[in-house]
Amino acid sequence: MRSFIHRSARIAALGSFTAIAVPAVARAADAPPSLEDLQSLVPSLQASLDNVFILIATALVVFMHAGFVLVEAGLTRAKNAGNIVMKNVMTTAVGAVVFFLVGFPIAFNGSFDGLGKYIGAGSWFLGEGSFAYGNLSPFTFFVFQAAFAATAATIVSGAMAERTVFGAYVAFAVLMTAIVYPVVVRWQWGGGWLYQLSTPFHDFAGSTIVHLTGGVAAFVGAKMLGPRIGRYGPDGKPRAIPGHSIPFAIVGCIILLVGWFGFNGGSQLGADPVVGRIATTTFIAAGAGAIIAAIITKLQSGKTDVAMAGNGLLAGLVGITAGTYAVTPIGALIIGAVSGLIVVYAVAFIDKLKVDDPVGAISVHGVCGFFGTIAVGLFSNEESEGFIAKGLFYGGGTKQLVSQVIGAVSVMVFVAVASVILFSIIKATIGLRISEEVEREGLDVFEHGAPGYGTDRMSA
Amino acid sequence: MKLITAVIKPFKLDDVKDALKAANITGVTVSEVRGFGRQGGHVETYRGAEYKVDLIPKVRLDVLVDDAIVDDVVNTIVKAAVTGKIGDGKVWVTEASRVVRIRTGEEGRDAI
Repeated sequence: MRSFIHRSARIAALGSFTAIAVPAVARAADAPPSLEDLQSLVPSLQASLDNVFILIATALVVFMHAGFVLVEAGLTRAKNAGNIVMKNVMTTAVGAVVFFLVGFPIAFNGSFDGLGKYIGAGSWFLGEGSFAYGNLSPFTFFVFQAAFAATAATIVSGAMAERTVFGAYVAFAVLMTAIVYPVVVRWQWGGGWLYQLSTPFHDFAGSTIVHLTGGVAAFVGAKMLGPRIGRYGPDGKPRAIPGHSIPFAIVGCIILLVGWFGFNGGSQLGADPVVGRIATTTFIAAGAGAIIAAIITKLQSGKTDVAMAGNGLLAGLVGITAGTYAVTPIGALIIGAVSGLIVVYAVAFIDKLKVDDPVGAISVHGVCGFFGTIAVGLFSNEESEGFIAKGLFYGGGTKQLVSQVIGAVSVMVFVAVASVILFSIIKATIGLRISEEVEREGLDVFEHGAPGYGTDRMSA
Repeated sequence: MKLITAVIKPFKLDDVKDALKAANITGVTVSEVRGFGRQGGHVETYRGAEYKVDLIPKVRLDVLVDDAIVDDVVNTIVKAAVTGKIGDGKVWVTEASRVVRIRTGEEGRDAI
């Protein structure tokens, strides 16, 4: 399976997109088409397939927002359901609009030399020369990337749930989608400095670029906000605040799993048989993550924790996202299982730091995103000059591993610094945390005028 | 007339309701309530962190009965609701000084 085009063609493809022309099939009215005629149609058929597949993948990635809505609403209290849902609908909207207005060119356009290794520009508003990959039209490429952009911000929304000023969150989501996420994308997918390493940093669908980015910002946000009232007892011991709908949370996890086939599979950026392998590693890792997380909770407390099993499923997905293309199905099984193990201990560890993360976003996306990225350096079974090297466990030495560490650590540092600056500005202007009274009452009515649920308020 | 109030385990509701019907009781009001008793709640874990459940879900029944059958009905409820384990609940009886059926205006024993 070496026939597919891969991302190394990216730079060459800059600005070179040409309209897909259906070759003129000249033939007499009654003569059957010749073999040459039919063969000449193959490239345009492939181009159509590529575009159709990526548009389907785009819809799956957008559907992931339904998953985030349910996970985040389910794992928090009913009194804040309207608020968390509102944050998600605004994040999805910001992904479309702000990534179009600002983010996309920063991520993909302009020169790849000098400053262009770190930040892009040009061809604003999908103008002439806007970047596209392979057979994809600039619009197909944009809309797929825009669907991704919103997911990084959404991760932050869960970790900051139940106590954040609505406007403050939206302001952060806008800045994240406009600047922070696009700069990170630039470094690898956009052809920047991590892509230009002699052994490129490999992050196929974004364990680092999307999930670690979201997870680090989530950590900074949750840390600066402080824990929810009552989350830690007078003795400093963590006290769980159970979510109000476990079925919501788990349906959300399953929707995310479905969406992930578009997230990982679509990252091939074309309709290629290799997508089957990507889907396979994705599914196996998710399953292994859920099973291991469930077993660990059973061993720890004597009971299998439902929400944690859901977190384990997502942990497996986040973990496999970087290596989904490069690892074997057995490699995927191990990566998923280790992610499921890590997430349980990460949740407890983050809790010890007194950083209150109601949905486990920091552990799932941040910690497992980091692990999944490093795991490529261990489990990669692919080798392709200027794209990826074999991992440590497959006889490739430490080349890929070093690039993975460089990529994950540099993104972590950048996002941490950027998030501290942005959240500090927001704190000083809009204010981050809601008043104690509103937090106790619930954010729904105060911020949005109506409860997420509740008895009918009018007697008529 | 007396008002019998019982606080029982939610899953015992059907047993108690059926026992009351079998005893020809013509009306009961059921509400979902929460509370604590001598046990004072219990500790559970959620996503690896412990939390205390100090108000436990219970079901409350209110039954208006004629003085003559109060003891029988109390015994019926106790028999149907008991499991022998912690948290079975309580039954108590209070005086109902006036009872009116709203539709007809009937009072007292006729209103039951």
